[in-house]
Order: sequence, then structure tokens, then C-alpha cells
Amino acid sequence: MFNQPSPHEVKILTRCFGVENSHRIDASLAHQGYDGLKKAIEMGADAVINEVKASALRGRGGAGFPTGLKWSFIPRTSPKPKYIVCNADESEPGTCKDRLLIQNDPHSLIEGIAIAGFTMNSNKGYIYVRGEYRYLIAILETAIAEAYQHNFLGKNIQGTGWDFDLYVHSGAGAYECGEESALLNSLEGKRGTPRLKPPFPATHGLYQSPTLVNNVESFCAVTHIIRDGAAEFAKHGPEKSGGTRLMCISGHVQRPGVYEMPLSTTLPFLMNEVAGGLRPGRTLKAVQPGGSSSPILLPEECNVGLDFDSLAKAGTMAGSGGIVVLDDTADIVSYALRIISFYQHESCGWCIPCREGTTWLKKILERLDRGEGSMKDVDLVGELAKNMFGRTFCALGDAAAWPTGSIVKKFRGEFETKLAAHQAKQVSAELVMIG
Amino acid sequence: MSLQLSEATQARWQKILDSYPEGRKRSAVIPMLIFAQDEIGMITRELMEEIARRAEVEYLQVEEVVGFYSMLRKQPLGKYHVQVCTNISCMLVGGMDLWHHACQTLHLGNKQTSSDGLISIEEVECMGACCWAPAVEVNYDFHHHVTPARFDEIISELREKG
Repeated sequence: MFNQPSPHEVKILTRCFGVENSHRIDASLAHQGYDGLKKAIEMGADAVINEVKASALRGRGGAGFPTGLKWSFIPRTSPKPKYIVCNADESEPGTCKDRLLIQNDPHSLIEGIAIAGFTMNSNKGYIYVRGEYRYLIAILETAIAEAYQHNFLGKNIQGTGWDFDLYVHSGAGAYECGEESALLNSLEGKRGTPRLKPPFPATHGLYQSPTLVNNVESFCAVTHIIRDGAAEFAKHGPEKSGGTRLMCISGHVQRPGVYEMPLSTTLPFLMNEVAGGLRPGRTLKAVQPGGSSSPILLPEECNVGLDFDSLAKAGTMAGSGGIVVLDDTADIVSYALRIISFYQHESCGWCIPCREGTTWLKKILERLDRGEGSMKDVDLVGELAKNMFGRTFCALGDAAAWPTGSIVKKFRGEFETKLAAHQAKQVSAELVMIG
Repeated sequence: MSLQLSEATQARWQKILDSYPEGRKRSAVIPMLIFAQDEIGMITRELMEEIARRAEVEYLQVEEVVGFYSMLRKQPLGKYHVQVCTNISCMLVGGMDLWHHACQTLHLGNKQTSSDGLISIEEVECMGACCWAPAVEVNYDFHHHVTPARFDEIISELREKG
């Protein structure tokens, strides 16, 4: 870990963090490593899927789709090869948890992928690691080699007659490849552009074959769910958002960090009790509760649970679990510009509303950030964002439009102040020239 | 000039090529590119041609990929490529100031390299160190909680290492 743990944490996925050599198989085996896989083999595929469903696990990559349901969509008896793909292309601003899971406990991830492989009757899996996380590739490759030596991967695994090979694949820098269909294109050696859906990856994924794509944290959670039972995991969250998640809180709090918290945790509790609250003398301005893609919350909207449904009800989303806190020192106009600059840079250019929309939003917000333009420009930002929303191949367009639209709506006053301040400065400069 | 790659990179290429099912060698293109770039510093025409041959794809299918991914580059950068994150989590705790500090103290702009070829800098998007911001990545090594003073130390250490 890179930050001190909190006494409020419920350590399930992170339970081996801090154990000496936790990334090696001996340490893993000493902590029930691969017991989940052995149990899954005893249970059989149908029971595994039911157990994942019963855990109320929802995808930890951002969309929050029920994992068990996703698993049930894979045509397990298809004559085509079935693939398991782990999305380790973590790149949502505000999110830095998958990196820790791989670094500290790669065997829980490998075990989760192997459980999925057994369940789907698959013989091949890939871990797509973002290019910037190069150091994790060595850790994963060592762990995979160890898993082969212990016959948790390879041929005739644990005497079942089932073979499963697992490989690590490096990306090369593209946020868009976190979107599952773009990731699959990238894994096929192509540009990372999204595919038109349907058909979905469950039936037409990697090489047009049935493919299960899950986030690192989702696979890790499966390992613990199968080993300890669904109820043991589900009890930590509300009915439809089971378990714990690694919450990444960053920005203006005293103890930013990654904390494994029950999904029943509320935002004020995480912010104040776990992350130490704001810096002395500061007041809260806003929170983005689910990475840079999520609509922003005003202080009065922050009394909310951090599970998927509570945040959806509050008009935002739990996303990838990146909670960004802004205090009164933050310039919200510059913040909005930084968000849109990111999406403009990362738009893959495949479809027009996103490619052009992000470019125009950036141009207008640059103008506003300089204090130039007029309030009509602020309206135009809102209008453009609205017209992008839901009109793109993938969620990147929505992810750009959603926070931007919410910022101009909720912080109109800050834009007005910035424009007025700049205009006043210009007027006084002109007066000096006349004088 | 013909392409010369170390045994380690050749072995890495073979491992990559062996990772994909029969007839799916195109999947190897991106990992092959990035591992080779790490050794030779940039993507050259010879490199793309060799990868096209080995992965059994058209040259253009390699070229189009190089144009897409931000870590792949056709120009050389410094021996130490210093990447400063200015995305939201870093920005809120001084990432933008850190980036300006980097530009000013090194007299370099985005993606420019020092005249001795040792150090290049780049303003990058989120690198996954949000909770330990501001973050800097030198080649593939992460540095967390980087202040301007710490940044200067990192640069001196790199210069000493040479």
C-alpha cells in the first residue's frame, strides 16, 4: 500500500496486503490461496454462476453491471472457443485500485480468472494491462509461472481434464481501451475503437467468439465470493450492491488513499472519518463520486450512500470508485477544462458527436477559463453536452458530456464571477490607456 | 540500416507471438511495438516492417496502430522520459504547478528533449496514482507525492546516473 490503512476498512480483497511477499504463491497458499478454485471445481459451473449472482457483485470497472448476470450470458456450450479477458487498463481519472490489487495479490486475480475459465469452459485468458503499468507485467508473469507450477493453470488442472492458459497483454496508452469492445479490438492488434453493440462480447467478443470481460477487482472479488460464500460477501453492502469495494479518495482531503470499504458506506463517512476530512479552515465545494466521468455533486447533495443505486438516485454514478473531493480553493472552471481536455485527448475519433463535441467543448471552456467569452458560451457548453449524450458508439462521449453538463448547470455562478472579474480588469486597463 | 534487437527483446517477441491462437498473430503487433520501442527508443520504418513480417500483417496495419496509441512514437525522446500527470486528482494538489515548474527549470516544452538527449518531459493523462498525487513516472518508475523540490532531486539523480 502507498497510504496507511484505516481502522474502518473491511479487508476482504486487501486482506493479504502488507503480508510479506504477498505477491508470491507461498504467501498466497498460506492464506487460502486457490481454495476458491478448488471449491469452484467441486461446485460445478452452474453453482458457481448462481453463487456470483447471489453475491450481488456488480462490475467494478465502472458500469456496475451485475457480474453474475454477465456470466450467465456466455454461451458455455458453444462450439467456438470461449475467452476470458481481464480488463486491467485502469485509466479513469481518480482511480488507482487495480494497480494495488495486482501489485499486492496477483494470485487472487489469477484465481478469479481461472474460476471464470473453468465456469465458461474456456481454455484461454488474457490480462490486458495498460502500457503505463509495465512493472505489473513482471509481477503477473512471475505469479502466472508459479500458478502453472502448482497446476492451477496449464494442462489437466487439478485432475479435471480441463486446460487453461493465461497470458499478459500490454496496451500502449489509450483510455478508450478500457471500454470493453475497444479493448477487444486492441487485443486483436487493431486501433482501440469501440464496436457497435449488439452483438455484445458475450457472444461476439475476442476473434468474434464468446468472451467474458471483467475488471481486475471484479475477478478478485469472485475468488473470495466462491471461497467464503456469497452471503459472506453480500452482507457488506445494500441488497443490490453486494460486498466491499476499493474506494479511491483523492483531492482535497487530509488522508487521500485507497480504502476497502463496505458498499453501505456513506460519502460523508468516507470523506470525514476514513480520509480525515478537509484541510483545516476549508469548506467543501464539490465531489465527483465515480471518477472524472461522473456528474459532480454539490455539498448539499453529498449526504449519500456510495453504492451503485444510491449514487444513481442522486443523479450521478458510482463508476470506477474514484472519489475526487474539491474544497473552496478549487477553480471549478479550470477543473471543467481539465476534464474536457482529457476526454478530447482520449476520444478515439471513431464517431463524430464525441470527436467534434469534445473538441468544441474544450475550445469554449478554454475561452471561459481565460475569462473571455460570454454567458452565452456557458449555455452553449450545456447545450453541446446535452446533444452529445447518448449519441455515441461508446460511453466516452457520455463520460465527457455528463460531468461537463453538470458543472455548468450547478456552478453557473462561478463562470459568471470569472467572466466579470476578467471584464472588470479589461475596463480598468482601457481606462488607464485613456487616462 | 538493418534492425538490430537484443536477445532479450527477441525472446520477448517470441513469447508474445506464442500467446495468441493459431492465425491470430496480429494480436502481437502492439506489445511487440512497445517492447521494441523500449529498446531502440522510437518506432522506425524498419521496425514496423519487421513486425509486419513477423506478425504476418500488412505494413499499413502496423502503421495505423502506431498512429493511435499515445505511448508509441516515431521521434526519439530522452533516455529518461519524465511524465508529469496534470489530470484532476493531481491538479488539485499541485500537479499543474509541478508541470510548469518542470518546463521552467528544464527549459523544455511538452515532449521536448534536453540537448544532451538525457531528459525529456511530457504532460500526461491520469497514470493511476490519484491517491498519492501529484505523480510523476520516469520511464516506467512511479514517483508519488512529488513536490517541486522532490522533482528537482529526481532530475539530479537522473543526471548523476547519466
